[in-house]
Amino acid sequence: MRTMYFTEAIDDALAQAMAQDSRIILFGEDVPLLRRNLLVRFGPNRVMGAPISESAFLGAAVAAAMAGLRPVVELYMVDFLSVAMDALLNHAAKLESFSGGKWTAPVLVRAPCGGGYGDGGQHEQSLWGWLAHIPGLTVIVPSTPADAGGLMLAALDHDGPVIFLEQKLLSETWLEFLASGGRDTVQYDVPAEGARGPVPKKWEPVPIGKAMLRRVGNDITLVSVGVGVHRALEAADALTKDGISAGVLDLRTISPLDRVTLCEVVAQTGRLLVVDEDYEGFGLSGELAAIVLEAGIQIKYARVCTQTTIPYARSLEDQTLPNAERIRAAVRQLL
Amino acid sequence: MPPDLWSLYTLMLKSRLFEEAITQLWKDGLISGEMHLGTGEEAIVAGIVSQLREGDAMALDHRCTPPLLMRGVNPVLILRELLGRPDGLCSGRGGHMHLFSRDYLAASSGIVGAAGPAAAGFALAARYLRPGTIAVAFFGEGAMNQGMLMESMNLASVWNLPVLFVCKDDQWAITTRSSMVTGGSLDERARGLGLPYIEVNGLDVGKVWEAVQQAIEQIRSGKGPTFIHAQCVHLEGHFLGYQLLRVTRHPFREMPGIAGPLTRSLLSRSGTSLRDRLAGLRVIISALLTTLRDPRRYSTNDPVMLARAALKPDSARLSELENSIEQEIAKAMSSALGECVT
Repeated sequence: MRTMYFTEAIDDALAQAMAQDSRIILFGEDVPLLRRNLLVRFGPNRVMGAPISESAFLGAAVAAAMAGLRPVVELYMVDFLSVAMDALLNHAAKLESFSGGKWTAPVLVRAPCGGGYGDGGQHEQSLWGWLAHIPGLTVIVPSTPADAGGLMLAALDHDGPVIFLEQKLLSETWLEFLASGGRDTVQYDVPAEGARGPVPKKWEPVPIGKAMLRRVGNDITLVSVGVGVHRALEAADALTKDGISAGVLDLRTISPLDRVTLCEVVAQTGRLLVVDEDYEGFGLSGELAAIVLEAGIQIKYARVCTQTTIPYARSLEDQTLPNAERIRAAVRQLL
Repeated sequence: MPPDLWSLYTLMLKSRLFEEAITQLWKDGLISGEMHLGTGEEAIVAGIVSQLREGDAMALDHRCTPPLLMRGVNPVLILRELLGRPDGLCSGRGGHMHLFSRDYLAASSGIVGAAGPAAAGFALAARYLRPGTIAVAFFGEGAMNQGMLMESMNLASVWNLPVLFVCKDDQWAITTRSSMVTGGSLDERARGLGLPYIEVNGLDVGKVWEAVQQAIEQIRSGKGPTFIHAQCVHLEGHFLGYQLLRVTRHPFREMPGIAGPLTRSLLSRSGTSLRDRLAGLRVIISALLTTLRDPRRYSTNDPVMLARAALKPDSARLSELENSIEQEIAKAMSSALGECVT
């Protein structure tokens, strides 16, 4: 077993795949510097910088994928996808359906997301619910280095468009590049087990659409992704002191959702609490409730999500994003 | 009418000292995320903002502090906003890239290129509601490759909107040399869309003021948009803690963490040919070398120092002015750090 940081693991899995498949090319804003380790290993023909022209290079990536390449397109932040949404919404996501299943676009969009470091509401969004809302897109949100690398490999194998989201709070390089900037005077509430952890010697794909039960519990099931999983685990730990046994389910993939595991686990406890750093309304948290109800499972339900535009002030931000304290309070109320 | 260098220098120095104070807050960890400064582009901002009137609007990018300060927004409110306080300009909810002043019709955005459409919209409203007023869009040359900016230049052109498009060109799109990702010339792009194009030395506040004066008059009189292209040097790079500058300024501290993984990748068994790998390495080394030939080191690239040099003959007046600005900023700082007043 090796140990890796979160982004290190993603890049390592990506390198393994690039060494085996010459169709994989990387491009995006500042990619030569951000992915410098891949640049010096695979050369400037496969690791390229792009102008700040998201709609052009993302749209081009979709068509390049249609024509046989396996582009990995990197955006500075998922928030900036708004500028280029057409390529995903109207093209990548629709191709398989429009072509009667005869053509797909295996493009991988990689983007950092999420908050917790004081960058304000235009640079800290999660937006996975917004993306998963569109039929035809696969949306992945890993929570550990091992999953991140394994899911990256699976995403590169996948035959359609994939959005691979990398939470900045888990990423050693993004947090350094965008937040601390080399300072030791700032602190962020980084979940240690998500930021660094054991990874396999050789990467194997972690299947897309398979949730993972991180903690078994009898009284309630906490369901989340990414950083939220670690907040839920922290809350579950604290809840044992109150005599409450909380399980934690890590979805790992937002779309497609692992409905089977979700329903199984929730049916056992009869209580579902969704922890979602994305916006509360019309998103993942409501979707999970709908799935469980559609399956005919009677549950008590609550959610801890982001309800408003994320405020800049760190103190306000900490209250706005799901945290262990809010989760504990919601659990107690539900019981 | 010639530009009043004294008042322009006042605006520039105020902004510089203000942002130096902000730098300290950032270093002390009181600003926890990104912080983009406008240090190095003060001449461009001062030369333009000093000519704005009541009712003129500003669409700003992520370097929004200097234009707001020079326009007259209370520095204490800006500082409190950056500190995330409830008594800040935007109640601590916007932050440094998202500063807004409804009173001054000034809106910022951290989305590259977003100043273009915003200025077009402000200008459209001006035509109906505030005839004779204009809208200014501030953006960098990196934004010139963003579709929405090019589209809004065309829109302003065909709708004959009163917009001054201001491209502050420091030749770097974050860590990428703009020349590597920009085809053709900005001159031809602007003219191709029907906008008059003016190139000006963005380090020289007097020249900016003069170049812009006539353009603004034309825009006010309903003759449509103009494009200003001004060169500058961002003294702190893209943002505070900018990685390329950190590596060149503190190589012994920063290089080990970078060189280790880089060497391992370069020597990794699987991968491309040695030739391609070295070509990749050259891309990185070239970015570092360009940063090393740091134009920031020369005071001739600092617009504040340049303006100061022109005023130096009257040293008594100069030092009186500088003392009073220093006191003003120090007062704003201590007031901002003081007790919350909501």
